[in-house]
Amino acid sequence: MKGYDLLDLAVRNLRQSKLRNGLTTVGISVGVASLVAMLSLGVGLQQLATRRLAGSGLFDTVFVTSRQDFRGFDKEDDAKAPNPEKSPVLDEPARTRITQLANVTEVEPEIRVMGEVVANGETHFGFVTGLPMSARENEAFDNLKGKFFSSDNADEAILLADFAKELDPKNPNALIGQDITLRYGERQALAQEPSDRPQINGGESSASGSGDDFGFSVVRKQQPLRVVGLIDQEPYGGMRTVSRGRIFLPVRTTERLNMAQFTDMRSSLRGGSGKTYMTLTVRVKDPGKVQAVQDAVNQMGFRTFSVLDATKSLRRFFTVLDLFLGIFGSLALAVATLAIINTLVMAVLERRREIGVMKAIGASDQDVKKLFFTEAGAMGFVGGVLGIVLGFAIGKAINFGTGIYLHRHQLPSEPVWIMPPWLVGAAIAFSIVVSLLAGLYPASRAARLDPVQTLKYE
Amino acid sequence: MLPFSYEGREGRSGAPLCSFAASNEAQMSSTQGSITTPAVLTECVTRHYPMGDSQILAVDGVSISIEPGEFVALLGQSGSGKSTLLNLIAGLDRPTSGSVVVHGRDLAKMSSEDLACYRRNDVGMVFQAFHLIPSMTITENVELPMRFAEVDRAERAQRSRESLGRVGLGKRLEHRPSQLSGGEQQRVSLARALANRPRLLLADEPTGNLDSRTGEDILNLIRDVSLTMGMTVVMVTHERAIAERFAQRSIFLADGKLVSEEVRA
Repeated sequence: MKGYDLLDLAVRNLRQSKLRNGLTTVGISVGVASLVAMLSLGVGLQQLATRRLAGSGLFDTVFVTSRQDFRGFDKEDDAKAPNPEKSPVLDEPARTRITQLANVTEVEPEIRVMGEVVANGETHFGFVTGLPMSARENEAFDNLKGKFFSSDNADEAILLADFAKELDPKNPNALIGQDITLRYGERQALAQEPSDRPQINGGESSASGSGDDFGFSVVRKQQPLRVVGLIDQEPYGGMRTVSRGRIFLPVRTTERLNMAQFTDMRSSLRGGSGKTYMTLTVRVKDPGKVQAVQDAVNQMGFRTFSVLDATKSLRRFFTVLDLFLGIFGSLALAVATLAIINTLVMAVLERRREIGVMKAIGASDQDVKKLFFTEAGAMGFVGGVLGIVLGFAIGKAINFGTGIYLHRHQLPSEPVWIMPPWLVGAAIAFSIVVSLLAGLYPASRAARLDPVQTLKYE
Repeated sequence: MLPFSYEGREGRSGAPLCSFAASNEAQMSSTQGSITTPAVLTECVTRHYPMGDSQILAVDGVSISIEPGEFVALLGQSGSGKSTLLNLIAGLDRPTSGSVVVHGRDLAKMSSEDLACYRRNDVGMVFQAFHLIPSMTITENVELPMRFAEVDRAERAQRSRESLGRVGLGKRLEHRPSQLSGGEQQRVSLARALANRPRLLLADEPTGNLDSRTGEDILNLIRDVSLTMGMTVVMVTHERAIAERFAQRSIFLADGKLVSEEVRA
């Protein structure tokens, strides 16, 4: 029998029992909707998490530390790595070598220092963070009030809006364009063995400039800065600093000011190695190249960390979540499958005579089987399409409800339910396949009917 | 008009004794050396059904030969095996032993797919209960065997119109079976049987559900169509008068055995 005849007869037969077949089809659509809703929720949550991480600008970033300074949390990794005492120091030559690696676009030191801002005659404490010019692309600057740094060496500052409110509770925006004074600790190298210096010291013998060969002193300094902008949230979601930064300066400015950092205490103990970095932030051209850069830096003997490491466990979590959501979603479809079997078995019983007549006038067993398969497939297709529509409606309701909930908690609304295009096709195909599988038994039962018996029976 | 039958003829090795009936013409052509291939030839055909511990012998060693274009009636009481024999010739059932050869092909050796193909292309069937699909119009009912034969839509429509026109229902193409009388439904059944232009028409009590006048009309129609189209007709009936009037030859069955044959003069 030709395809269109098969389809025509199948649709005609399905129309004969509109209510029963309609209910079965609705059952399938509920099953598909449930599956689609669950899987789309999984996809939505995963994308939400990924979006947050991607927006943080951390996906293309590798953090590099010296094994001398930090013992890792991964004992297995540490066992494979060189002896920490023999691993290299993260100094200027190392920074240069990392900069020269393929696909590396930027290597900047991680600078965070304590500071005080003097504004309107009052002093306010805050952490100062150095930002590279590339930070402009970070989502934190999407709602920047004012402008970004004019250069990476400018005496300019961008303040966190909360901090600006602290400085000027009445009109924080008025700070833009105004000058403030930053008070900070400058790290000054010791020229000789310290004896009577009042400052913090930790050297062995003298050195010059920022070499710190013999230790350093911390000297209080002041630097006038112009406030050029305000931002609502900290760049990189605050993940790149241990404490929340409130005052942001161009990274070159922070380097030029030679600000003393917490971690300088560790450097002072080492001695003889010149200026070292506690952490270098390496930006990679493409998130896909992060692993390669990470491997190359590891080869140099440094410890590396990237968000990819964190996302591995995140991806594992979402894979398991998707699996369980899929299983729960499939339960309704499993029930719908039983409904299809029931409907078609009933149809076989009711249409015994018709099947017998069809066989008597020339239908083969295969024709009969195909007819029931087509009926099952048609129900699966219609159920699948309706299921997608229903699932979409459920998803919209979930997003709407979540939006209201987030709004009430004064959080920005974000879609947690996302139906990817592939899921539309996959769900319909899955619905048809499941329906065809459900039609296996009724179809073979119909094909096996003995026409003599069915005609005699009637 | 002499009945040609003899019983107790030795069958194939191990096969039961069987009865044989063939037309005088077939016999004559055979004796003269110019052998005509019979339209239907059964040899010692049996069909047994298990019934508990025993076996029901529905057809018990029947051999018949029907020539192309012949109109043969199978006569007998209820349970004589005439419908079972018709089902065997129709390829709806398979013999327990013996052979059923139609147009030179042994149905017992055919696969179920081949049998379906045979029923589709070589055989038309008319039933006592009409067996029309109530949800379809009469045109769609007539088109149904052509769908299985994968006939194109346009040709299907034309052939169904022709078939229905031939049985006098050309103006009721879109009616459903429930809107027709019994006689008209049987006409539709006949039109459906003729749809694929079969060489063999099998009718199982075609007048059983009709009054005598309508039944007569149907049989006249069957006879006319068979003559026009040159079809072989095998009709099951329990009414001897009908058989004598319309069939060229009547074969009598009792308890599954062939008991006698009458050829109309």
